[in-house]
Amino acid sequence: LKESKRAVNSLRDIVDDDDDDLERVSWSGEPVGSISWSIKETASSSTSSLEGRDSSLQKGSSSYAAFPKQVSSYSLSSLFKGRNKLPSFQSLSDALSDTGVKNYAPELRRPKAEYKDYSSDWSPKDTVRRMQRGKVCSLERFRSLQHKLVLLDEAVAGHDGNVITAVLIFLKRTLRREILFRELEVRQVALCHLIHFLKETGEQKLLLDLLRFLDRTEEVALSQYREHLNIQDVEKRREFLKGCIGLPFSAEDTSHIQDHFTLLERQIIIEANDRHLETAGQSEIFRKYPRKASILNMPLVTTLFYSCFYHYTEAEGTFSSPTNLKKTFKIPDKQYVLTALAARAKLRAWDDVDALFTTKNWLGYTKKKAPIGFHRVVEILQRNNAPVQVLQEYVRLVEDVETRLNLATKYKCHDVVIETYRDLKDRIQLTAYKCKVERGSAEEEKINSILSN
Amino acid sequence: REDRGRSPQRDFHILFVPRRSLLCEQWLKEQGVLGSFIHREQYSLDLIPFDGDLLSMEAESTFKECYLESDQTSLYHAAKGLMTLQALYGTIPQIFGKGECARHVANMMIRMKREFPGSQNSIFPVFDTLLLLDRNVDLLTPLATQLTYEGLIDEIYGIQNTYVKLPPEKFAPKKQGEGGKDLPTEPKKLQLNSAEELYAEIRDKNFNAVGSVLSKKAKIISAAFEERHHAKTVGEIKQFVSQLPHMQAARSSLANHTSIAELIKDITTSEDFFDNLTVEQEFMSGIDTDKVNNYIEDCIAQKHPLIKILRLVCLQSVCNSGLKQKVLDYYKREILQTYGYEHILTLNNLEKAGLLKPQTSGRNNYPTIRKTLRLWMDDVNEQNPNDISYVYSGYAPLSVRLAQLLARPGWRSIEEVLKMLPGPHFEERQQLPTGLQKKRQHGENRVTLVFFLGGVTYAEIAALRFLSQMEDGGTEYVIATTKLINGTSWIKSLMEKLEPAPF
Repeated sequence: LKESKRAVNSLRDIVDDDDDDLERVSWSGEPVGSISWSIKETASSSTSSLEGRDSSLQKGSSSYAAFPKQVSSYSLSSLFKGRNKLPSFQSLSDALSDTGVKNYAPELRRPKAEYKDYSSDWSPKDTVRRMQRGKVCSLERFRSLQHKLVLLDEAVAGHDGNVITAVLIFLKRTLRREILFRELEVRQVALCHLIHFLKETGEQKLLLDLLRFLDRTEEVALSQYREHLNIQDVEKRREFLKGCIGLPFSAEDTSHIQDHFTLLERQIIIEANDRHLETAGQSEIFRKYPRKASILNMPLVTTLFYSCFYHYTEAEGTFSSPTNLKKTFKIPDKQYVLTALAARAKLRAWDDVDALFTTKNWLGYTKKKAPIGFHRVVEILQRNNAPVQVLQEYVRLVEDVETRLNLATKYKCHDVVIETYRDLKDRIQLTAYKCKVERGSAEEEKINSILSN
Repeated sequence: REDRGRSPQRDFHILFVPRRSLLCEQWLKEQGVLGSFIHREQYSLDLIPFDGDLLSMEAESTFKECYLESDQTSLYHAAKGLMTLQALYGTIPQIFGKGECARHVANMMIRMKREFPGSQNSIFPVFDTLLLLDRNVDLLTPLATQLTYEGLIDEIYGIQNTYVKLPPEKFAPKKQGEGGKDLPTEPKKLQLNSAEELYAEIRDKNFNAVGSVLSKKAKIISAAFEERHHAKTVGEIKQFVSQLPHMQAARSSLANHTSIAELIKDITTSEDFFDNLTVEQEFMSGIDTDKVNNYIEDCIAQKHPLIKILRLVCLQSVCNSGLKQKVLDYYKREILQTYGYEHILTLNNLEKAGLLKPQTSGRNNYPTIRKTLRLWMDDVNEQNPNDISYVYSGYAPLSVRLAQLLARPGWRSIEEVLKMLPGPHFEERQQLPTGLQKKRQHGENRVTLVFFLGGVTYAEIAALRFLSQMEDGGTEYVIATTKLINGTSWIKSLMEKLEPAPF
């Protein structure tokens, strides 16, 4: 590592001009009225370039120090004396010598190399190069649209993301929006950079305008939808989601957004209602199982579980009834049964569980059916510590024999094991199972009677 | 600002690692504090050595930036890293690549070389070949659960910069007669790299082969400690004592890895792990990739962690060249209803990245790719592997297969399949000054640097190391990447951040 560090440091001498001075890129000549004022002054006289250096050393306030040029006809030096004063509009003839530097930036000494290649007229290509190396460059001198575009193209060709972003920030500030958009439309790389930049800085409005201009309607929709995450107040969020419905999502996404809005709307109603019930203290279920969290912003399935837990018996007409949720959101049978089962099992409401799976066929006989395998039912019941008699009923209904035996043995549903071995006519296993049942129990007797037949 | 008020004598400096960001500076400026920093510097870290044959940039957002945002800035830094590498180890004469990003990096390298002729040096080239691979050429591999020892540690506990934090219970020193009161609560932190002999031996093995190595090691170490009874002369005792530190280190190493292996075994022998792996392997071998999968449905219904679900559905999608619209809609609906509608944003990202998308052409290319490149090997030998497919117990990582075939017999033989994979493939040559052109001796291995643009998994690294040590394999591999990843961290980087930003 030491060796490579040494090598890397020596490499820098070859590749880069400067080593360890401050590397900054300034892209703003903004509040410094005097610099842009002096730019205007010089624009007519020559096309010389200016270098503005952003050296903010003071607390809070910014002071700008620039360095004298050695070659061109005049130098723009720092016009700001003292630490906390506002920029003063001093003459340009100030501080023409190098020594002036030390007055303005006493804590820093810039190596001479910094302004060694200070030339008066950098082409866009050179500017980009300098920026890639982290040197200071004011982009203000690129005034015409054409110059700006050349600068942008050079930055893109240089591949350094930082430089591209810097140029884009400059263009964003100095170009009319329509022109910027139009030009970026045909410059994919720069366009992507700008979009990424706007996303990172959260400039939502400009981002959406840009996407609309590009006719990237789905992205506009999703981008706008994303904003809902920043809205904490439920009512406001509900309003916002309502506004999202008309946006140009893809077909399936539109229905999901619609559902999201409808769900939140329902949740607000349910939450208000239930909070009232809870505080009133009249409702038994809320007294026995006080709510641990609000239902707001929960996913649909969680809401269904809540509804099956607290509002199971309600008629379809109410907003909080499970059947209403099922209908409104077109919840498939499978999901519904699973959720209802989980909720009722938690409440140990075995009759309700029974009713979930009982259907009357055309002859009037009841039959047990499930859109999910009964082994899943058993699993869920067992997780909720259902008593063996209840568990047994459902283990008995498991279709696959091997699974049935496994579950029955695991959960000690002796009757089912015995019956299954009997049906399989497996004497050996049945005899072996005797040792698993209690001596003198009804199960042992059952085994014996089967074996003796 | 607050700090400044409290201690006006304090100097504030800011050091950007690995590189300064204009956005950061812009934001600092907007906050009005940019001027408070006396020094603003950057400490450029491009490629960081993680081990003797492994370099990483640890740039976690590269994949997202390149494939979702079309922002190729990190590739620029990859190219710079490669230029630095060439300055140290010589110009690499041959560059092969597959993928858009690979092409871009190669172009930048060539251009950088042209623009800085001073960097031409007289170092004998260490690398014969550079292979640049886009992550999106092989989207499958990171989604599957890795089955090497190191891969599993990463999957389960997450290895951060060669360190892993483990639950402390198994690492508490066993003291006689003490109750469980003094169990440490801080996770146990271990460093994992090839400096540890035992680790270097077992890290790349399939987990099922680790046990036997550990038990052999245990016997050797026990025997070594037994030697103390045989040391009779002073000289012998002295020799034994001088060996003691090494033996103690070996013993502690063995103890650590035995504990880790136990922890992993608890997970790999669980029913859920087995079921998950079964479904993965079904998909990878091409079974039933076109319908809704029951296990995935069950997992959603039981609300298993979302990332697990996403890995599985993406795996199915990649192994089917995209899902049928009906199947995709079904999964999406179930996910949104169970985990929340806001995940529409993540699903959108996954589609953009090509991981979970509708089948567009109506054709499934995966079986052809799988058969031609022999990605699924039924007769895998986990103990004494003869093929790279041991790292996933049957599936040979596509990316590593491409590297393997490049070395022998060359990519001409798989032109058709290469066209089915995204992005261009290409070859470039860089001129070496005469006198530096090396003629490899007979039997001397070529050295290939494989650069994964977008991330690489430990299993792929293990597979490449396997190729390196193969008898008459002919090539040794050094691996570089933008980031070390596993399926979970990778999918996580593509998920939309759902909490509001801190600022």
